Amino acid sequence: MSSASRIAVVAGALGLLAAAGLFAAFMWTTRWSSQVPPRATASAAAPPPAAPAGAGRKIKARLFYIAEGGTRLRSVERDVTFGESPVEQAREIIAAQIAPVVEPLVSAVPPGTALRAVFITNDGQAYVDLSREVAAAHPGGTVNELLSIYTLVNALTENLPAVTAVQVLVDGKEVDTLAGHVDLRRPLAKNLSWVE
Amino acid sequence: MLALAAALSSQTPPGPSLTLLSREGRRAIPITLAGAQEMVALDDLAAPFQLAVREEALGAITVTYKGKTILLTPDQALASVSGRLVSLPAPTARIGSRWLVPVEFVSRALSLVYDARLELRKPSRLVIVGDLRVPRVTVRYDPLGASGRLTVDATPRALASVTQEADHLTIRFEADTLDVTNPPLAEPTSRDLLQRVRIVDPATLVVDVGPRFAGFRATSQPVDTTERLVIDLLGQTETTTPPAVPPDAAAPAAPLPGAAPPPPPPPPELPPAFGQTTSAIHTIAVDPGHGGDDAGARGPGGAVEKDLTLSLARRVKGVIEARLGLRVLLTRDDDRSVPIDERTAIANNNKADLFISLHANASLRKATSGATIFTAAFEREAAANATAGGADRVPTFGGGARDIELVLWDLAQTRHLDRSAAFAGVLEQQMRERVPLAAQAIDRAALRVLESANMPAVLIEIGYLTNPDQETLLKSDAFQVAVAQSLYEAIVRFRDSMSAGGTR
Repeated sequence: MSSASRIAVVAGALGLLAAAGLFAAFMWTTRWSSQVPPRATASAAAPPPAAPAGAGRKIKARLFYIAEGGTRLRSVERDVTFGESPVEQAREIIAAQIAPVVEPLVSAVPPGTALRAVFITNDGQAYVDLSREVAAAHPGGTVNELLSIYTLVNALTENLPAVTAVQVLVDGKEVDTLAGHVDLRRPLAKNLSWVE
Repeated sequence: MLALAAALSSQTPPGPSLTLLSREGRRAIPITLAGAQEMVALDDLAAPFQLAVREEALGAITVTYKGKTILLTPDQALASVSGRLVSLPAPTARIGSRWLVPVEFVSRALSLVYDARLELRKPSRLVIVGDLRVPRVTVRYDPLGASGRLTVDATPRALASVTQEADHLTIRFEADTLDVTNPPLAEPTSRDLLQRVRIVDPATLVVDVGPRFAGFRATSQPVDTTERLVIDLLGQTETTTPPAVPPDAAAPAAPLPGAAPPPPPPPPELPPAFGQTTSAIHTIAVDPGHGGDDAGARGPGGAVEKDLTLSLARRVKGVIEARLGLRVLLTRDDDRSVPIDERTAIANNNKADLFISLHANASLRKATSGATIFTAAFEREAAANATAGGADRVPTFGGGARDIELVLWDLAQTRHLDRSAAFAGVLEQQMRERVPLAAQAIDRAALRVLESANMPAVLIEIGYLTNPDQETLLKSDAFQVAVAQSLYEAIVRFRDSMSAGGTR
């Protein structure tokens, strides 16, 4: 890579981070409403493609997968990339949580789901913005849907003391439900009754 | 059924017995007690139900009916009914050369393969075969000063006529037979007015009256699905006892000519006959989950949740309207998409007394199985807002909103959580007898369709479509009948408990 192109990449990355920061600031001060964020802002809020400087540092986090019986989650301790701030750490945790897994682990988050953005408000509510696959590729069923949602809710509330409740957004928008059952119009608190 | 007729016998064996009732007659089968568990011999069931019972080489017992097989294993509380496993409350046991099964074998196993409807009424040791009118009848007697009141409740409703002959009243019900759930008046308190109540033929009760009986007045009124017959027995006031009524009311209470209804108006101490117990359930909203573009869960064999829930909802509506006479509203009656708020709006606007949402589950683990009943759950802050009485707009049909009640639409269910849980509990008991349940059969969750329901509300996930065995089961008529029957029984019990408790 030439030095000119390296500078271009760094500048681009800085631009992305700046846009993400602006959007996060907007989220901190404004109660989330159901309007669609502008396309450019939405893409700017995407997680950075590679770990920043200091890569290699890991934390232990409890992630959640569908238990053998199929009606509850079980937690698994896994290494997750260290994040400098709570919001970066939240992003790393969700990215690790929705990453494809192999048997015997089974994820309750539909395959193909991508993380668009994570925001955390001052009062500890986290907003996890996921790509449309989380709803479109959802196989349905109340229990399945509960497990998908509490995978995300518990992954953040269990590992980040700063987060007390989580609301899932789809494609940047507030949604009623993922698959027709569980009310997603309000942030949901940690609920370990869905964990074995 | 023909065999039942051929085997018709009115002889009752000594000891407890299970009575089979059908169009063709009644037949008693001896009950053997194993601890508290009531057992019947497979041999005794074989003739009336046309079953072939065979002991297999490896100790298993097969019970075959019209090519369908129930497999029993000795010492195991399980039966495999056409390949589907059902649990029994006690294991199959051998006594001498006979195989004994719990009486629930009839309702949990045999009913799944039998051509006609089989209803086990355990408290009265009855099996009703086919569509017979067999109202449950309860009799209560309350002495009221010089008079007394008999209250005879028949559920489901059955009309009765009351006639007087010499020393007794005859109550004839329009029914095939009666299921008298309490022994009619073992110890009447004042035998000079009422001696006893007897069952004289399948659908007739006789009230033997005492020497002080002067006349009667009978009124009948539906109390929801119960027909309540109230018979006031009017007593002659005896000269040795001080009059129980004020002097100006003494004339009507004076001795009456022997056996001549209509009698005089009842003495003033009689309370009003109706109004003490009014049923709290008139309308039920049944919500077939999903529909239209939203297919819901899918089974590996191609079954689709939206179709399954619609066919089940129609069946539930049929059973409940026909047998309980309640109004049942479906939130959709065809394959169309209905927004969640509209589903609850239909229930709320029609003042439904119960909301039942029907769904089929899905799991990413293929083996997951069993039904779950959900009630709503609210996070603490949300519930607090609801009771504090915040905004108060309720969406109505045709758009717009109107202010009707001081409770948030989204949180309307918070006021009904106790009764929703009570209904879920009753329903679980009924479903447990008939269909496979998940390990945790009742759960609470923030379910969108329940939150706005302004009445007790549950969401039933009838089983897992993603499990191939469950998919086959869920599609079957027998399973859908079993769920509908469970709902019917649960609604009857819930209604009775609400009437008894008077909580609304």
